[in-house]
Amino acid sequence: MSHWIVVPTVLPALTAACLVLFARDNLFLQRVISVVATVALVVLTLGLYRLADDGELRVYLLSNWPAPFGILQVLDRLSATMLLLTACLALVVIVYAINGWDRRGRHFHPLFQFQLLGLNGAFLTGDFFNLFVFFEVMLIASYGLMLHGGGPRRLKAGFQYVTINLIGSTLFLIAVGIIYAVTGTLNMADLAVKASQVATGDVALLRTGALLLFMVFALKAAMVPLHWWLPTTYAAASAPVAALFAIMTKVGAYCILRMYGLVFGPDAGPLALVAEPWVIPAAMVTLAIGAIGVLASRRLLDLACFAAVASMGTLLIAIGLFDEVGVTAALYYLVHSTVAGAALFLLVDLIAIRRGKARDTLSAAAPFPRDYVYGALFFLAAIATVGLPPLSGFLGKLLLLDATMTTPHAAAIWTVVLGSSFLMLVGFSRAGSVLFWKSAAQPAPAAQEDVRRRAVPTLAAATLIGATVLLSVLAAPVSRALGETAHQALDTRGYVEAVIGTIKTASVTGL
Amino acid sequence: MKLALITLLPFLGAVFPVFSIRYGRNACAALAGAFTLAALVLLLGEAPAVYRGEVPAWGVDWLAPVGLRFSFFLDGLGLFFATLILGIGLLIILYARFYLDSRNPMGVFYTYLLLFQGAMVGIALSNNVLMMLVFWELTSLSSFLLIGYWRHLPEARQGARMALAVTGGGGLCLIAGMLLLGHIAGSYELGEILARGEVVKASPLYAPALVLILLGAFTKSAQFPFHFWLPHAMAAPTPVSAYLHSATMVKAGVFLLARLWPVLAGTDMWFMVVTPAGLVTMLVGAWIAIFKDDLKALLAFSTVSHLGLMVMLLGFGTHMAAVACAFHILNHATFKAPLFMSAGIVDHEAHTRDIRRLGGLVTLMPITATLALIAAASMAGIPLLNGFLSKEMMLEEASHTVFAGTTWLVPVLATLGALLSVAYSARFAVRTFLGPVRHDYPHHPHDPPFGMWLPVAVLVVPVIAIGILPMLAEPVITRTAMAIVGGPLPEFHLALWHGLTPALFMSLVAIAGGAALFAAFDPADRLRRSLPRPEAKRLFDSVIDALVAVCRRFIDASHTGSLQAYAGATIAAVVTVGLVAFFDAPHAAGERTPMPVNATAILAWILVLGATLAVITCHANRLLALVLTSVIGLVVSLSFLTLSAPDLALTQISVEVVTTILLLLALNLLPKQTAPEKGLGIHLRDGAVAIVAGLGIAGIAYAVMTRDFSTISDFHIAQSKPGGGGTNVVNVTLVDFRGYDTFGEIIVLGIAALTIFALLDNALRGAAARRLDAMRQGEEAKDAHPLILVVATRVLLPLALTVAVYIFLRGHNQPGGGFIAGLIVSIAFIMQYIASGYAFAAERARVNAQALIGAGVIIAGLTGIGSWFFDAPFLTSTFGHLHLPVIGDVELASAMGFDTGVFLTVIGAVMLSLSQIARVEQRAEREPVPEGPMDNRPQPVGGDAPALTATQGAAK
Repeated sequence: MSHWIVVPTVLPALTAACLVLFARDNLFLQRVISVVATVALVVLTLGLYRLADDGELRVYLLSNWPAPFGILQVLDRLSATMLLLTACLALVVIVYAINGWDRRGRHFHPLFQFQLLGLNGAFLTGDFFNLFVFFEVMLIASYGLMLHGGGPRRLKAGFQYVTINLIGSTLFLIAVGIIYAVTGTLNMADLAVKASQVATGDVALLRTGALLLFMVFALKAAMVPLHWWLPTTYAAASAPVAALFAIMTKVGAYCILRMYGLVFGPDAGPLALVAEPWVIPAAMVTLAIGAIGVLASRRLLDLACFAAVASMGTLLIAIGLFDEVGVTAALYYLVHSTVAGAALFLLVDLIAIRRGKARDTLSAAAPFPRDYVYGALFFLAAIATVGLPPLSGFLGKLLLLDATMTTPHAAAIWTVVLGSSFLMLVGFSRAGSVLFWKSAAQPAPAAQEDVRRRAVPTLAAATLIGATVLLSVLAAPVSRALGETAHQALDTRGYVEAVIGTIKTASVTGL
Repeated sequence: MKLALITLLPFLGAVFPVFSIRYGRNACAALAGAFTLAALVLLLGEAPAVYRGEVPAWGVDWLAPVGLRFSFFLDGLGLFFATLILGIGLLIILYARFYLDSRNPMGVFYTYLLLFQGAMVGIALSNNVLMMLVFWELTSLSSFLLIGYWRHLPEARQGARMALAVTGGGGLCLIAGMLLLGHIAGSYELGEILARGEVVKASPLYAPALVLILLGAFTKSAQFPFHFWLPHAMAAPTPVSAYLHSATMVKAGVFLLARLWPVLAGTDMWFMVVTPAGLVTMLVGAWIAIFKDDLKALLAFSTVSHLGLMVMLLGFGTHMAAVACAFHILNHATFKAPLFMSAGIVDHEAHTRDIRRLGGLVTLMPITATLALIAAASMAGIPLLNGFLSKEMMLEEASHTVFAGTTWLVPVLATLGALLSVAYSARFAVRTFLGPVRHDYPHHPHDPPFGMWLPVAVLVVPVIAIGILPMLAEPVITRTAMAIVGGPLPEFHLALWHGLTPALFMSLVAIAGGAALFAAFDPADRLRRSLPRPEAKRLFDSVIDALVAVCRRFIDASHTGSLQAYAGATIAAVVTVGLVAFFDAPHAAGERTPMPVNATAILAWILVLGATLAVITCHANRLLALVLTSVIGLVVSLSFLTLSAPDLALTQISVEVVTTILLLLALNLLPKQTAPEKGLGIHLRDGAVAIVAGLGIAGIAYAVMTRDFSTISDFHIAQSKPGGGGTNVVNVTLVDFRGYDTFGEIIVLGIAALTIFALLDNALRGAAARRLDAMRQGEEAKDAHPLILVVATRVLLPLALTVAVYIFLRGHNQPGGGFIAGLIVSIAFIMQYIASGYAFAAERARVNAQALIGAGVIIAGLTGIGSWFFDAPFLTSTFGHLHLPVIGDVELASAMGFDTGVFLTVIGAVMLSLSQIARVEQRAEREPVPEGPMDNRPQPVGGDAPALTATQGAAK
């Protein structure tokens, strides 16, 4: 039995606990432990990715109770991909954070590790109550991280974030309650079976439960009209936290894919593809509002936030197709938008620090030393985010447009996708032109204060941008792997057989 | 492979100039030139094969699922274009070396230029339409950088943004168009698409694909009404203008139309859209050009006009028109680049390019003037120069083009276009170089260094050579035109003299008319001023500004930052989806017999209902609202008890106590009343949403409770003792069946406490702390620590601890467990804080609450890991019996270790939250709370000094 499957949750949990227990007053030690643990997580998830790459689903029965009676974790290509992505992002973010941000409040590192625990747990679990638990872990850690650094603006935004998410958590419980009441199970695979056999009189109730649950994930994925929290929260959070949160919205998207592509997939009888009619229309509005917000932004940070909303819109359109081509596009875009979004948030911070009082406002201010480096990075990040060639944003969009070509909504989707790209193109070019060109025309401050800044944070942001370049260059193997991932992610039968089939093989110890 | 290398060489080369600039500008230019030259040599090495009729091709998959391939081929058209791009590029690099002085960052310039050049070569050589798209948008992006090169100039920034918006936006349309085209043709490989022209033209998707592709091409090639961006791209340094407007950027649109000619051309729709677009562009561009005073602006509009001419020729859809187009592309490149470079030389030398301040330069800078005059004459279409030949071919094709049933329209307008171009060419040449020498140039001009006029001269050579001996260009044009039409061409010869054709007369009319118009410049200018002149830039700017304003208004109105609005919208959306979900599917009422209603139940029901209504009406009073909510919590605990869930009841009631205390502490720091709320309308709206949501939840709860169901908990109940080793199924579920959930939940609790700690820790510093200091509490309790309470809690402490241990130990079999035990211990400690004050309790707390949390999670985690050593999954439990003397049989379960972790984490979390809130409270208090074990103890003077220090220490 391979215990490696449970390590992505156990490792950050114990790391965080050790940080609290042994290193709570020693920032240096915290940094060392946190970075080492994150590196270990990258190595571990890489190993798991390679393990999952053989196409087999691996089930881990926690407390050794057979499915569907106990909790289990499932490692498949999709969860392995998400784990690897999370770990890599986390490593970059932690490197960025240890250059000063982690000093601005207590317990950054434990909260960060707990956040990873929540994320990893959510990606691995095969039980939707356990998913609730990991959502809670993830959310409560995110509350702490979001508030990290303090200040009235952050507090106000944090309060909103907490409140909106409490609504979400309550709804999650209600939805799980309904689904459990109708089907009597908490196991996703078992639910897939039970949903297809649900009695006619129970369909309305189960449907309500399923769609309320969908709303929880939609909230997390910042789908309009549940996106309100995102622009405020991300704009108020500290830069490394906002960058890490790039993966948080993806949890919502991931859950929508898991629950409504797989569990309530095409084979779920009366519940088949229950969320499908809602996803694409809402996603198109999300994309449009994101793009409108990008053009409307007066600050670079707002621009990055609305770009994040727009990217979720694009991603959800692709997921909403619930077919292999669409999901392949979605996964490629997911990886891209996580990396590019995080890069953008780090860059905004780097630029804002250097612009003095002007911070990130989109107005001309005195040029700062080496602005061309940040100009170049911003240019690349903008290309990736807007989705222009040759970077991954364009390739993702191409995959999406191709996937939607034969669908009934093709014309509408194409119009929204390309129209939004145009708005974002204008928005980003205006922003960049003010920040790096118009500012260059301003008189340089008389006494150029030559603050020596560390290069590491800039390198961290550059690494993420490099990753989008890599993602573009390696599009062939990446899209092939994601195609296989999409195939597996939509294979309800294979999933159910792998999970429920373990009843026979499970050795119930302790009996 | 070689083709890919040709394309990639400029991109590779782009890396170097930025870094080589430190070795001097010559090194920088030489490197840029070397890469370009290498690419050109490689390209020309392939030329013999192309002229033998071969089409070298190479490609690898890039994004296989959509058919995007990194794939190249080289046919006559591609070779022709790529040669122009690289050849003229080489000359531009030389020219720019002398044009840009040391104040301009030359490394960056060459980097941008090479990026742009690579993208252009990519367009010319792409064998995959999606790949071409990539290069297409790359030209938009790199030209954005080039146009904005002088970033300190507002017009450069605006010009760059406008160019990007228009050409990049057109590129987005092109994405859609190319995808459709590939979809129709069944392949994105150009080689295959070009062979399927009939299939494409017959498809119902032909029309949308054509429109989208044309949008892409027209925006790029500045066709009316998208022509306005091009003149503003003039803000770029002259070498860039010369490059963009002669051989590259704007020609990309023409190239695309030529490339897809076999697939798209020849239909009525093509003819009816492309021909007039080109014709109108030709006329509008030429007309505006005449009146421009800025040399570069004049040339820019003339470029617009010439592009219109080429597009019109492609629109005709005949083979000979394609030949004429290919020929004109070549000729235009050879005369337009020298003209731009000459304008740059004039600007460079005279420090102005305003036509009204120039004149007579021929005597001051004879070399430049001679070259420019030849090129301008070619632009005007004067015989013996190459411009004449292709213009005559254009007039010849126009002369037999029937448009909308009229035979005269196109020929007349084409002649008019030619006439106008004579006029602006004359104005450019005469007003700049001829006439008397002036004495008021901003700077006294003379011929520039060799390196600056050499590129001009190199390009003027073919202007004359082809003009006199057109057959020189024949093989190139034949090969190119064959590639455009994708098949054999009718027999033709490029010649100077075709006899007395209609085209000759049209040419003569154009030259004579153009000269007359030039002579009558002033009346013509008055005529122009009397006509409405929509200023395209202002129009574009106002459209963009309006767009931004509309977006801002929308976002400002919808994203107000009001939590009330956000929460309202969120809940309304949820309710809507829930209602639709429910009423859109079959539903049957439950059949379970309800329990009998008794008086207690009714009482509880009334209590809950009353408390809820009271909260709604009195929620402005925070304390009252809290008390009322705890009533609801208590009733819930009681109902758990009634419904035979003693564990839940115990947990609920302890949680209720702890949270109420914590909330009370927090409330102490808040205003007693909530802020006044908004108007009645919002109240009603929110009320309606809340009522519908509440009714919905009630309905769901009713539906769930009135039906029978079987769940996995039947298995849990059956397996509790045999499998989990405990008779209390709730506890076995918590520590075993779903121990992993519990593991997560204690972590949630721990994180919550750590977050409270971190958050309030911030409140103890900086601005927040000063605010706390300023917060004065009106009145303090007279007796902060009543003696009876103090004594009672201290007596109770050991008792409570004993009870907690008992509850903990029995947990596996009887109601209890680590969670409840932890809460009991916490409450016992909280009592000490309440009764004796924070300082007293904090001073005596030996164990750090944070450490408790850490230890709890670690113990729980390690218990889970322990099972790995028995080759069982995480958290697998085992149990056994131990016989102890006296005590007898004791059951030990590994789950107890886990439960200990739960126990510790709960205590740590509660204590940490409590102590941190209490610390903040203390900061806010007016006076340090009287210290000492009991505050009613008579205090010696100065006796409280050390205690005071302790308080301050804690507060820090």
